[in-house]
Amino acid sequence: MTILEDRPSNPAAGDHDRPIGHGRMQRKEDPRFVRGKGRYVDDIVLPGMLHGAILRAPVAHARLVSIDTSEALAHPKVLAVITGTDLQALGLAWAPTLSMDVQAVLVTDKVRFQGQEVAFVVAEDRYAARDALELIQVEYDVLPPVVDARKAMDPGAPVIRDDLPGRTDNHIFDWEAGDKAETDAVFASADVVVKQEIVYPRVHPAPMETCGAVADFDPIDGRLTLYETTQAPHAHRTLFAMVSGIPEHKIRVVSPDIGGGFGNKVGIYPGYILAVVGSIVTGKPVKWVEDRSENLMSTSFARDYIMQGEIAATKDGKILALRTNVLADHGAFNATAQPTKYPAGFFHIFTGSYDLAAAHCTVTGVYTNKAPGGVAYACSFRVTEAVYLVERMVDILARKLDMDPAELRLKNFIRKEQFPYANKTGWEYDSGDYEPTMRLSMKMAGYDELRREQKEKRERGELMGIGISFFTETVGAGPRKDMDILGLGMADGAELRIHPTGKAVVRISVQSQGQGHETTFAQIVAEEIGIPPEDIDVVHGDTDQTPFGLGTYGSRSTPVSGAAVALVARKVREKARFIAAAMLETRPEDLEWEKGRWFVKGDPSVGKTMAEIAMGAHGTVALPEGIDGNLDAEVTYDPPNLTFPFGAYICVVDVDPGTGHVKVRRFIAVDDCGTRINPMIIEGQIHGGLTDGVGMALMEIIEFDDEGNCLGGSFMDYLIPTAMEVPDWETGFTVTPSPHHPIGAKGVGESATVGSPPAVVNAVVDALTPFGVVHMDMPCTPARVWEAMQGGTRPPV
Amino acid sequence: MQISMTINGTDVTREIEPRVLLVHFIRDDLRLTGTHWGCDTTNCGTCVVLMDGQPVKSCTVLAAMADGHTITTVEGLAHGATLDPVQQGFMEEHGLQCGFCTPGMMLTARALLDHNPHPEPLEIREAISGQICRCTGYATIVRSIQWAAEHPAGAAPETTTSESTEHEVHA
Repeated sequence: MTILEDRPSNPAAGDHDRPIGHGRMQRKEDPRFVRGKGRYVDDIVLPGMLHGAILRAPVAHARLVSIDTSEALAHPKVLAVITGTDLQALGLAWAPTLSMDVQAVLVTDKVRFQGQEVAFVVAEDRYAARDALELIQVEYDVLPPVVDARKAMDPGAPVIRDDLPGRTDNHIFDWEAGDKAETDAVFASADVVVKQEIVYPRVHPAPMETCGAVADFDPIDGRLTLYETTQAPHAHRTLFAMVSGIPEHKIRVVSPDIGGGFGNKVGIYPGYILAVVGSIVTGKPVKWVEDRSENLMSTSFARDYIMQGEIAATKDGKILALRTNVLADHGAFNATAQPTKYPAGFFHIFTGSYDLAAAHCTVTGVYTNKAPGGVAYACSFRVTEAVYLVERMVDILARKLDMDPAELRLKNFIRKEQFPYANKTGWEYDSGDYEPTMRLSMKMAGYDELRREQKEKRERGELMGIGISFFTETVGAGPRKDMDILGLGMADGAELRIHPTGKAVVRISVQSQGQGHETTFAQIVAEEIGIPPEDIDVVHGDTDQTPFGLGTYGSRSTPVSGAAVALVARKVREKARFIAAAMLETRPEDLEWEKGRWFVKGDPSVGKTMAEIAMGAHGTVALPEGIDGNLDAEVTYDPPNLTFPFGAYICVVDVDPGTGHVKVRRFIAVDDCGTRINPMIIEGQIHGGLTDGVGMALMEIIEFDDEGNCLGGSFMDYLIPTAMEVPDWETGFTVTPSPHHPIGAKGVGESATVGSPPAVVNAVVDALTPFGVVHMDMPCTPARVWEAMQGGTRPPV
Repeated sequence: MQISMTINGTDVTREIEPRVLLVHFIRDDLRLTGTHWGCDTTNCGTCVVLMDGQPVKSCTVLAAMADGHTITTVEGLAHGATLDPVQQGFMEEHGLQCGFCTPGMMLTARALLDHNPHPEPLEIREAISGQICRCTGYATIVRSIQWAAEHPAGAAPETTTSESTEHEVHA
């Protein structure tokens, strides 16, 4: 039996630094994974199951002239070929996106991006389904595409979305935050203003498991069971009910083990809908699993922001204001997944970690002939773009002022006593203490020594760079009054039952894609009610077995669902107090709680453990009035605010002057995610995000040629770091609890993905200082770095 | 065509289409779903199995090419209820998150340790450099394989609270 730590559950009581619920413990999910017994969507085989495959458009923009499916239908193993016309007859040719737009499930009128879904084949096996795709004859009338977002609003640009009534251009939305007049006034009187265009190129989450589904429609009772690679099973169930007309109580969405998500598995893709249609049409279960090219070319990409950044400061380095105009490429359908009120996500946290006098941003979204998406890849709803902008601008300002970038940041941080801090664009930062975090990272890095080494190397012509990033995240969407997705408020539920023998099951509405929920949520319950984590089962990912909630993305599981779990455990603990009082024939107010038992104040020898109380609750003990039998509870948690984790990152790179190759020599990451649950899992989340950041900064990009052909459609072209491209991470932490979260925890799943890209790019630019380089856009590939050394790179498209 | 091979110590004989890939043969015909598939281009390595003790990407081997050979998949790593030290190491050092790349990583690690029982960290990184993990950032995979190298007989199976050292620095 594990020994319980004696830690006060109220963070205000002190002792913040100790992790809760046993701290570092092995993951409960690992035994099945290391034996190859994980159960992913493609592992599911149902009796009589058929296989689907999607025919995709080879061009970016074209009228669909004709489709001939007769040869495919004649294939002996093919059971159905579904086209857009077939879906039109069912009213399913178009589906709503998560941004109040519509997306074609199958093309009916016009192809709008390369890789778009054109037809769906259902066959007896996956090889036959692929064979049949080759037998479908499609005639296209190719149109000029819009590839560069900068040209999307040109007069005479081809109108991509002529399906939308009255549409005469490619404009989607304009959005702004902050006070323009106030900001312009500060800029007008500032000593120093620097400007820079900063592009955050299109990248892709590319989880190792691609997207897929197994749909099983039972025509007798009209029930749909859908196994799906989804990060949001409950939201998907509701949306499927709204789209398909199948009543919601007849739909069960199961998200089994998921091989990585990173935001790629939030949206509803045509393939999921087609698997359902295939099952309805054939009367048999249908599996659809996309291949890697389909994943990279058609599912939710990330970023694609062209940002005009401006920063104003005094000549002695007091940062006064930030402003930016952003052009956002949303692809052919506006399918970004973010709270409805925020079409640019949480980009308006671009004020970062600094105490500013004013800030203003505008974001314009446009359609292009590219795949839809934009909010994905651990971005915390566009905080990645925001942090990248501010942390690059601060470095550019430091260069202009000839100040050390660490010193400039330290000089401008929001101070500890200013929290809760209202920034200039509408956020209230819940808690923070930035300077110690920054100082710890510098100490771990040996910052001054690194600068000395750099100076010596520069004198010898060697290119060494040191890059700093200090980020503030906003995660845990969100308060229901402000945040919803398609009208569904962003709250999460939890149910906890203690069985008669004192073992427990907690049911949660969020879903794990590798974050270790089965462990950490058991740890939270363990902390609150004193049952060891190994005696607590965490059930998730099945809408028939779990309470409603919005799912796992935007680092919201711990801030929202973690809070729900802590509160439901406290509710059970309070109920247990009344039952214990009845068992001990005393009054509830005479009992005290410690280490998993209620005991009589002043006489710790008289008490009842949670297991004893559980048996009493299910037994024959006379219960007080108002207390029903059994030991269980449920809650829905509506967060009062988001949580604001932060961190200081320092990256050290060496650049080969002959080839432009960047080697990340060291990476120091100090994170503060409030109260920590399982430090091992937190460290893992950080490591993974740092690798994403190095990938984006140095390698990853989805580019297109002039015809709209995707140039990043395979792992031969979309490069992801291997073990050889990343260093042995050096991590540290500080603890500043969230004042409004029940256990003081903040989200951490995306911190490193958000915070690390600017550290790497700042390091590369720092290394290239002898060449006069002030900025270069990602990815810093050898060719692009070499170009920068020769006088400039072209911005990515 | 008919093929025969030894998989995880068991002889199997099946009729297959000549074009069937080994990864699909293992997953779909033999229902050993611990071997995964993650790309179309031999880049990701989630499909790695051991063929005669050597790691191969089973998406780039025809099942017919494995005729007469010995294949080990993740399901064959443990010895009954006793985990391979590599499996234990991945649990001890958090070498996995979503678990999708894990079988391939562990098999490569097994092959490495069979040839080089005490690899340097760089040798471990080189060994797994043909495989992609999106979750861990690799450092914990390196530690996991080091743990296995340091514990060739594995560890007492009942440990749930690890004694491994903390790697993080606190103010």
